[in-house]
Amino acid sequence: MYNFEFEKPSSIADAVAALGGDEAQALGGGQTLIPTLKQRLASPTTLVSLSNIPEMQGICTGDDGALCIGGATTHGAVASGAGAYPGLAALAGHIGDPAVRNRGTIGGSLANNDPSACYPAAALASGATLVTNTREIASDDYFVGMFETALEEGEIVTEVRFPIPQASHYEKFVQPASRFALVGVMVAKFADGVRVAITGASEEGVFRWAEAETALSVNFSPDALDGLTLDADNMIGDLHGSKEYRAHLCGVIAKRAVAKAA
Amino acid sequence: MPKDGEIKSGIGASSKRREDVRFLTGNGNYTDDINIRGQAYVFFLRSDVAHGTLNSVDTSAASAMPGVVQIFTGADFEAVGGIPCGWEVTDKHGQPMQEPKHPVLAHGKVRHVGEPIAAVVADSLEQARDAAEAIEVDISELPAVINMKDAFKEGATKVHDDLTSNLCYDWGFVEENKGAVEEAFKNAHHVTTLELVNNRLVANPMEPRVAIGDYARSDEQHTLYTTSQNPHVIRLLMGAFVLGIPEHKLRVVAPDVGGGFGTKIFHYQEEAFCTFAAKACNRPVKWTSSRSEAFMSDAHGRDHVTTIQLALDKDNNFTALRTDTLANMGAYLSTFASSVPTWLHGTLMAGNYKTPLIYVNVKAMFTNTVPVDAYRGAGRPEATYQIERVIDMAARELGADPVALRRQNYVTEFPYATPVAVEYDTGDYHATMDKLEEIADFTGFEARRKESEAKGKWRGLGINNYIEACGIAPSNLVGQLGARAGLYDAATVRVNATGSISVMVGAHSHGQGHETAFPQVVADMIGIDESQIDIVHGDTSKIPFGMGTYGSRSLAVCGSAMVRATEKIIAKAKKIAAHLLEASDTDIELKDGMFSVAGTDKSVAWGDVTLAAYVPHNYPLEEIEPGLEETAFYDPSNFTYPAGAYACEVEVDPDTGKVTIERFAAADDFGNVINPMIVSGQVHGGIAQGVGQALLEGCSYDEESGQLLTGSYMDYAMPRADDLPFYSVDHSCQTPCTHNPLGVKGCGEAGAIGSPPSVVNAVIDALNSGGKKVAHIDMPLTPDRVWNAINNA
Repeated sequence: MYNFEFEKPSSIADAVAALGGDEAQALGGGQTLIPTLKQRLASPTTLVSLSNIPEMQGICTGDDGALCIGGATTHGAVASGAGAYPGLAALAGHIGDPAVRNRGTIGGSLANNDPSACYPAAALASGATLVTNTREIASDDYFVGMFETALEEGEIVTEVRFPIPQASHYEKFVQPASRFALVGVMVAKFADGVRVAITGASEEGVFRWAEAETALSVNFSPDALDGLTLDADNMIGDLHGSKEYRAHLCGVIAKRAVAKAA
Repeated sequence: MPKDGEIKSGIGASSKRREDVRFLTGNGNYTDDINIRGQAYVFFLRSDVAHGTLNSVDTSAASAMPGVVQIFTGADFEAVGGIPCGWEVTDKHGQPMQEPKHPVLAHGKVRHVGEPIAAVVADSLEQARDAAEAIEVDISELPAVINMKDAFKEGATKVHDDLTSNLCYDWGFVEENKGAVEEAFKNAHHVTTLELVNNRLVANPMEPRVAIGDYARSDEQHTLYTTSQNPHVIRLLMGAFVLGIPEHKLRVVAPDVGGGFGTKIFHYQEEAFCTFAAKACNRPVKWTSSRSEAFMSDAHGRDHVTTIQLALDKDNNFTALRTDTLANMGAYLSTFASSVPTWLHGTLMAGNYKTPLIYVNVKAMFTNTVPVDAYRGAGRPEATYQIERVIDMAARELGADPVALRRQNYVTEFPYATPVAVEYDTGDYHATMDKLEEIADFTGFEARRKESEAKGKWRGLGINNYIEACGIAPSNLVGQLGARAGLYDAATVRVNATGSISVMVGAHSHGQGHETAFPQVVADMIGIDESQIDIVHGDTSKIPFGMGTYGSRSLAVCGSAMVRATEKIIAKAKKIAAHLLEASDTDIELKDGMFSVAGTDKSVAWGDVTLAAYVPHNYPLEEIEPGLEETAFYDPSNFTYPAGAYACEVEVDPDTGKVTIERFAAADDFGNVINPMIVSGQVHGGIAQGVGQALLEGCSYDEESGQLLTGSYMDYAMPRADDLPFYSVDHSCQTPCTHNPLGVKGCGEAGAIGSPPSVVNAVIDALNSGGKKVAHIDMPLTPDRVWNAINNA
C-alpha cells in the first residue's frame, strides 16, 4: 500500500468537497478498494471515507412507497433491515461472508459495478433510482459496462430507491473460488410488468433480458422461459465457465428465480 | 477392540489436543510472531515473465531510496551453492537425472513467474517495496514452455540451456518386466485404456511461509527461524550445500507451524537468503510471504498426465498393468521433486491387487512453471487415482460389479511381494471393504437414488480402495534408490528429578497433534499421567538430529524411536529400583508408575526412583551412571502400508453440472491407533483436500504467456465447510504393522489419497444413471466441465 491522506467527513457536502482534491478516491466499505491498494494497484493521494455520514446511512420508506437505502448502508444492515423487500434483503444476506457484509456498502458496490456483483442485478431488475450528490439516475441509464457507470468524477451514490415489486427473487449460481456470481438472476414482478436482470454472465456487465421479461409479463412461471436463449457471443468465457455454459446457465437460473419468486 | 471413548488415558484414548488451547486462544507462537530487535525486512522482486534472458538488474537508484540497507541480486550468490535436490533418480538407461542449478536469486535467466530476481533489505517492508519498484530490470522475453507435451517435443524451447532437453529423466519401472508386460497385453481378453490428468494443486497452508535470519558476530552463530516441517533437514541442506555453514554454527527453529501438507518440507531460496543476508547486513532479516507470493513460490503438487492400461483375462482377473506418465517438475528441482513420480508413485502401482505384471514409465519434464514437489500423499494419490479409475472403467466396460471386481483381485496373503519392488507386511482388504459396505449403507443406495431422481437429480455411488507406503523410510533401501538423506528418526527422553518427562523428538508437529499423542505412548509405557510428559520439537538446538514430519512417518518412525528410548529409561529405572528395594533388577516389575518386587509387597514409586537418579545418595554409582536420560535412533526395516476402502455418493444437477457430495464414508486400516479422535481428524482433513482436488482445485497457467491464471483465492477454489458432508469414518479394522514396536502405520495422508477416485467414480456413475455415456472427466469436476461432458455425451 502506498501512503495516502485519509479523510472521514461527516456530511455529504464535506465528502464532495474532499473528493474535489487531486487524486482523491471515495472509500465505501473497502471490500474491493482495500485489496487493490494493498497490491499497490491504485495510488490515490487522499482516501475519503463515506462511512461516517449519517445522511447516507439507514433504510426508510419514501412517500411513493419505495424502499430508500442510504449509500453507505452495509449489506448486513440491508439483510436485516430491508424486510419490506424480501428479495432484496435475501440478496444482501448472501453477498460474500459476514466480514464482507459488515463492511461492504450498497453504494460502494453499485459505484464499482463489478460484472459479477449481486447488487447491480437488484438495482436494474427493480428499476431503482440511484440518488447522487447532484442528481437522480434511473438504473436503466446507470450501468454502462464492466466496472463502468454513469457516475461523474467525484460523484457519489448517496441513496438508492427501490420500488418494491409484488414478487421477486435473486438466484445466484456461484463461481466456485470467489463465490461471486458466475450467473446471478434477479426477477421482479411489478403491476406493470416483469423485469429480469442478469449479473456475472456478460462482458458488458449487468443486463436486462428483454425476451424473458416479455414472456414473464404474460405468464409469470418458469415454463414461460422455455425455448428462450441468450447469445453466447457477449458472454464471459474463463476458467470457471465457457461463454456457452454461461449463456445456458442464464436460462436455468432465470427459471429457478421465477420458481422461487414470492 | 474397545470402543472410542472407553479408554480414558494412554494408548487408545481420545485425549483432547492440548496444543489447541494455545492455537484456539491466539497464543500460538508462529514464525511471524517472532520479532528480533533491530530486524530489517526483505522484499523479493519477482519475475513477472515466465521465461526470459536477464540482461541487467540496475539497483543504483533503488539503493539510494530511504531506509534501504542493501539490495542483492543473483550476482551476489554466484559463489554459493544452488538449492539442492535431495534425491537422484537414475533413468531407464542407467544415467543420472539432469539436474540444473537452482540459484538463490535468478542469474542469467528467469524461468518462471514468481522467481526472485532481486531482494531489497530495508528498515521497513514498505520501504523495501518502494525501492523494489525503482529497480530497473531488463529482460528479453523468451517463449514459455508450459504444457508438458510441448516441452517434450523435438526442438522445444529449453528451460535450461545447459541441459540436453527438457527431460529430467525417463524412468522405467521395473524395466526388466517390460517385455513380459507387453506379452501379457497381447494375450489379454480385455484391455481398458484411460488417459487422465492428475491436476496441479497449490497446497495453501493457512500460515504462509516466513523466514527470519539472525547472526551473532560474537560467536559466528547463525539462526534461522522458518516455517518448516523438518528443521534438521533445512540445517543440513542449507548449511552443507548452499551456504557452507558448519552445522554447529547454524541453528534452525521451526516453532508453531500453521499447516504444511508437504510444501513446507523443502528448502527454499528465501530461507537461504535471509540467513545469508543477516550476516551480510549484520542485522536480523525477516521475510513474510504474502498469499500472492505463496501462489507463485511455494512448491506446487501433483501435475501428472497419464495413460494407464489394465489387462484382464476372461474371468476378470487382472493380468497386467502399464502406464505412461508425464510428470511436471516445474522450472527447477525442488527438494524431493524427483522422488515423487518415481519411488513414491511407481512402487504403489500394484494397489491392493495381485496384478502379476506391472510396468511404469515416467518422463519428468522441466517447464516454465513453479517447481512441483510433494503434496499430501505425494505420488501415492497419483497412483491410487489411476488404478482406481481404470478399474472402475473396466467394470463399466465389462458390466461387472465394481466391488466384486476389486474383491476378486485383492491381495489376500501376507507378506506380499508386489511386482513393483515393495513388500506389504500385513493387511485385510476384504475387512475394510466389508466395513465400508456397512457404514456407507450400500443396500440403501438404490432407494436414495430414486429419491434424488424424484428431485430431478442424478445420484451416483463411487467406491475405491487405496494403499500407501508410509513410515518413510528404511535408510539403506532409499539410499539405493537415490535418496541423498537418511530417513530414520530420533527421540531423547529426559526424565526430570521429580518424575516429569520432556521428550525431544525429531518429528515436527504442524497440525498433527504430536504434543498430545506422543505423551500418551510414554504415559502408557510407564503408567503415569499424560500431563507429566511434554514434547519438545522444532529447534535443532534442543532436539536430536531427526528428519521431521512428512509421509505419515511421525509416529511410525519417530514414535518408535521414542519407544526405544523409553525402554532404555525403564530398564535403567528398574536397576535403580532394584537397588532401592534391595532386589535383583530382573525381579522388578513396573505397573501404574510403581516398581515392585515380583511376588512381594515391596514397592517404590516412579518419582522416588527418578529422584534417586538425580540425588544419588543411596545409589549404585559403581554400576550405573546417575541421571535418567536416554536417546534412541530408529530406522525402520520396511515401509508401513495403511490401506482402506472409501465410498462417495454424489448428486449431479443435470441442468447446471453442479456436483454435491451427499455422503462420504472411509474405512481405514491404520494398524494400532494411539488417539482415535486425532486419527479421525486427520482423515477428515485429508478427505477435504481430496474432495478439493476432485471437485474444486486446479492450478492453471496460460499456455502462451506462462502467467499463473489461478494466483489468488478469487480463482483458485479451496474447499469450504459447506462443500463437504458429514463423514462416516471408521478405523476399527486393524492389522498392526509387523515391524515397528507400536504396530502403527500412519494416517496423515490417507484421506487425501483415498478420496479423489471415489468422488470421480461417483460422478461418472451418476451421469451414466442419467443415460449419459460418459467414461471420464478430468479433475477438478467443475460444473462447467460436468455440464460439457453431459452435453457432449
